[in-house]
Amino acid sequence: MTNLTDLTLAAARDGLRAKKFSAAELTRAYVDAMLAARPLNAFISETPVIAKRMADESDARIAKGEARPLEGLPLAIKDLFCTKGVRTTAASHILEPFTPTYESTVTSNLWRDGAVMLGKVNLDEFAMGSSNETSYFGPVENPWRKQGENKSRVPGGSSGGSAASVSGHFAIAATGTDTGGSIRQPAAFCGIVGIKPTYGRCSRFGIVAFASSLDQAGPMTRDVRDAAIMLQSMCGFDAKDSTSVDMPVPDFEKALTGNIKGLRVGIPEEYRVDGMPKEIEALWQKGADMLRAAGATIHPVKLPLTKYALPTYYIVAPAECSSNLARYDGVRFGLRKKADDLVGMYEGTRGEGFGREVRRRILIGTYVLSAGYYDAYYLKAQRVRALIAKDFNDAFQHVDVLLTPTAPSAAFARGEKTADPISMYLNDVFTVPASLAGLPGISVPAGLSGEGLPLGLQLIGRAYDEETVLRTAHVLEQAAAFKAQPEKWWNAA
Amino acid sequence: MAIDKATVTKIARLARVRVADEEKEALAGELSNILTFIAQLDEVDTKGVAPMTSVIAQPLRRREDKVTDGGKPDDILANAPEKMAGFFAIPKVIE
Repeated sequence: MTNLTDLTLAAARDGLRAKKFSAAELTRAYVDAMLAARPLNAFISETPVIAKRMADESDARIAKGEARPLEGLPLAIKDLFCTKGVRTTAASHILEPFTPTYESTVTSNLWRDGAVMLGKVNLDEFAMGSSNETSYFGPVENPWRKQGENKSRVPGGSSGGSAASVSGHFAIAATGTDTGGSIRQPAAFCGIVGIKPTYGRCSRFGIVAFASSLDQAGPMTRDVRDAAIMLQSMCGFDAKDSTSVDMPVPDFEKALTGNIKGLRVGIPEEYRVDGMPKEIEALWQKGADMLRAAGATIHPVKLPLTKYALPTYYIVAPAECSSNLARYDGVRFGLRKKADDLVGMYEGTRGEGFGREVRRRILIGTYVLSAGYYDAYYLKAQRVRALIAKDFNDAFQHVDVLLTPTAPSAAFARGEKTADPISMYLNDVFTVPASLAGLPGISVPAGLSGEGLPLGLQLIGRAYDEETVLRTAHVLEQAAAFKAQPEKWWNAA
Repeated sequence: MAIDKATVTKIARLARVRVADEEKEALAGELSNILTFIAQLDEVDTKGVAPMTSVIAQPLRRREDKVTDGGKPDDILANAPEKMAGFFAIPKVIE
């Protein structure tokens, strides 16, 4: 019998229903894998007792023939989703003692559909980062390493623990959140699939807020089918989120028809950035060739404002962050640094509770929103943002989906980019534009770099057209046939 | 636009984040670099462009003005760093 942890979510689902193994056995295998993978520092909180209880309930359901869509499937939950009774830290010292008394809508939906919680996974502090190095609980290691090297690679971020646990087969799938690329970039760095749906598809209720006009949850999985299945459960209207979209959720798995004949694929010329490694350009071309071979037509498109997406993002996101994070004041929850007066308590609590990158973003956000600068920075950025969204709208008059690389490099070494914030920000150059426009985007593993590290390609679709994105991603995945796995070096230790 | 040490002190105060004096110089440099980076937006002509207020084309929903949740003082206070007689407790603010 194959190792249970090597099954995809879809295969495990089918195996459970056919009673080839029990939910308790599957969960036990994952708990063991999770414990063995501790050297990667992917989990902030392990919840094996909860996992066992949920798996036993799943077995009872399966026995009665009442299996739900995700029955018995053990997931890792990014520690940004509030989970009732289970500590939720956002990887920050300031939320270190926080145990929610309520459940996020997305995780509620997953438990409603029968999923099992393995634990809460590590991330960049408050999801601010692209390498999972800003976590208060320490960096996560990428299961992948450069060929013939045993130096740590970053898993990407901010959903680094999610990506590592799926890639290293110690979670069957994971939740992620994406503000400027935090699902897609780590998925690319770890050789897995990650989709950010259209803004509004997944409820933001109970997700610790970073930049509310951009934050969106999504699944991180072994393959495209798994992403479709899990996304199905995560999406849906929620009255508790004022920007939740009240429209029917299509059957995403049914969208994977394998047929993209006549599909128009756009290649945005502006994504050919200076200094992009030749192998990523080559992979991009190969991706276009594969889609053409499957019956799609390829068209160059223009997104003239692409280079302004990152500067726009680095006004909008810090501005919203400084506003959202004002709630951490040491009064109602989280860390409190005692002081003789109230302002001293605020300043001490926030000065000690927030890490360097979070403080940097709060200060930038405070600056761009402060009197005299608001129009020059924040309003200007919101105007450019409107133009960036219009760029995409114009392009989608001529094509159905866009193909781009996910990130400008493969996973880099730990510490390589921490000294210069801007060089870290540039990691998100290909993912941020779609975030600003609220569009769905997916990263699909498509090949290995010369150093033996995974590389991803991104597909961006029209608003609410996850079906075309998933269908195209599925075809790309079949053609790329990416089967490489990281060596489980942590088991040897 | 360069940010100096005095500006860092001012915005840190506005944001209620204590920053140690010896960190301010380095922070001023980092923040100035970020501001230079975002100043690229000055190149974009945005005359007559309305600022984006919502990325999704839908008006905010309205609902009936009635209480839908509440009556959970214990839940609300469960994570309080300090509480007293059913209230959040803070340092004294009046003499």
